[in-house]
Amino acid sequence: MELAHFQLVAAALFSIGLYGVLARKSAVLILMSIELMLNAVNINLIGYAAFMDFTVDQRALGQVLVIFVITIAAAELALAVAIILRLYRNRSSVNVDEIDTMKW
Amino acid sequence: MATPSLILFFAAAALTIGGGLGVVMTRNIVYAAFALLTSLMGVAGLFLLAYAEFLALVQVLIYGGAVIILILFSLMLTRIQDFDRLTDNNQWPLAIIVAITVFGIISAAIISDNPQIGDRQGISLEMLGNSLFTEWAIPFEIASLVLLVALIGAILLVRTKGGKD
Repeated sequence: MELAHFQLVAAALFSIGLYGVLARKSAVLILMSIELMLNAVNINLIGYAAFMDFTVDQRALGQVLVIFVITIAAAELALAVAIILRLYRNRSSVNVDEIDTMKW
Repeated sequence: MATPSLILFFAAAALTIGGGLGVVMTRNIVYAAFALLTSLMGVAGLFLLAYAEFLALVQVLIYGGAVIILILFSLMLTRIQDFDRLTDNNQWPLAIIVAITVFGIISAAIISDNPQIGDRQGISLEMLGNSLFTEWAIPFEIASLVLLVALIGAILLVRTKGGKD
């Protein structure tokens, strides 16, 4: 178990999330894929904090950054769910290819 | 060399990646939500293996407790009639190419990189709390403000006049 293993898992998870964001139709599934990408970033940060030649303060910063990422992810998720509910109420659909009012 | 930690690491990595693949491949959106839960618990296992015990607990509580519940609620409030008929949009071959290219570039960078590996160690919860509440106290307060604004914004977005629906 070394740093490269963590980085490869993070890269794979990020790519999977990227595929989900690009290929899925449902806004809820796109939201889930974004969560996957955020978690890939967290794996990377934690891996670096544990394995690199860092001082204690730098290791603590790695974990603090992960706490902030989780916080922002939670806030983003709450807002996105609110927007999806609003969208469903107005358009009776959450498929992103049917929401094209601003397309020209 | 199959040390116990390496075996545990591969188990957690398999959970993480398998769950992620489940999210993007399944046709049933409820299965996708549970695959996301599997993946996030795998990430918690990876955190444990990288000496971040507190964050592993936070991951289980926030994602397992709050995020999955919120996503399941949003599923139940939208489109319950076609849960199991998900389709991808027609640019999915392009999406596969983009994802594989990104993975290839990142993994090439990882393999060719030669980082300064130090001794493997974690930090105590006391150190983490000390750092969070002294050096990073102002960003911490701003994060709490962001959460408050997001909460108010979410309420405002879903509120309807007259209290019906």
